Amino acid sequence: MSVAPVELDEPRIDQDATTAMPWVAIVWNDPVNLMSYVTYVFQQVFGYSRRKSEKLMLDVHQKGKAVVAAGAREEMERDVEILHGYGLWATVRQDS
Amino acid sequence: MSDRLVSDSEGPADVGYPGSGFRGARGGGATARFAPEGAMLLRTLVSQVAELVGEYAAGDEDTEGRDPLGGMLRLSDNSRLPDDPVLARLLPDAYRDDPEAAGEFRRYTEGSLRASKAAAAQAVLDTLPEHGGRVRLSADDAQAWLRAINDVRLALGVRLEVTEDWEAMLDRLQEDDPRAAGLWIYDWLTVLQDTLVQVLW
Repeated sequence: MSVAPVELDEPRIDQDATTAMPWVAIVWNDPVNLMSYVTYVFQQVFGYSRRKSEKLMLDVHQKGKAVVAAGAREEMERDVEILHGYGLWATVRQDS
Repeated sequence: MSDRLVSDSEGPADVGYPGSGFRGARGGGATARFAPEGAMLLRTLVSQVAELVGEYAAGDEDTEGRDPLGGMLRLSDNSRLPDDPVLARLLPDAYRDDPEAAGEFRRYTEGSLRASKAAAAQAVLDTLPEHGGRVRLSADDAQAWLRAINDVRLALGVRLEVTEDWEAMLDRLQEDDPRAAGLWIYDWLTVLQDTLVQVLW
């Protein structure tokens, strides 16, 4: 049971903002794709800056994978489809 | 992932395909000169990839009964990862631990993914003269070339079991190693792709 709020106009945490975007696109490391090419693809597909794209590329390279985008499931599936077109090894999953 | 140092401006001239590598063209785009052997080799390789991905729903024998509407929408009857390891790499699963979701995604996207890879290969065939010479690529052509070269590298990488330190692998190769020719070609394609990225940046 809840107690009546003291301040009526207290800002609420919008639950929807977090629960509506629980999907991510992940890129996995592989031995063939070039570091330069992967960086370039992140810039092209997501419009990320070269610096951000390089950081993501290094995450993939060093950690084996990186989350490259988050959003609605349909958007993540579309991103992964585009990444497959570029030959990157990408998957979708629900963020946990 | 692998890195390619392009400091050796000679490129792999000793492979027998001199002049490999792209540079910026005046007025935009990218340009490279291909020896006849190099042009023939690249045309053959991209054709092979196009043929591989063009085999619609490979392994599916029930082609007669395919839903015509599904055909128009490029729906695939395939819902499983291809058995051929090269095709499996070119058309990977989009879900790692959810076979049902992976199958559903494949049904809706594999046809168009195959078509886009075949189109990229065709763009190379359309712009690379059979007997070599100078190639001049527009920005759109260059995008298609990047993808097509990458698909060939992915295919070769699987067949040659390339690892991240493949350049060390190349250095250690015995002359009679059956993978030697393939790895030299792989190296050449890597230079082509990397120099094209540098031009487009």
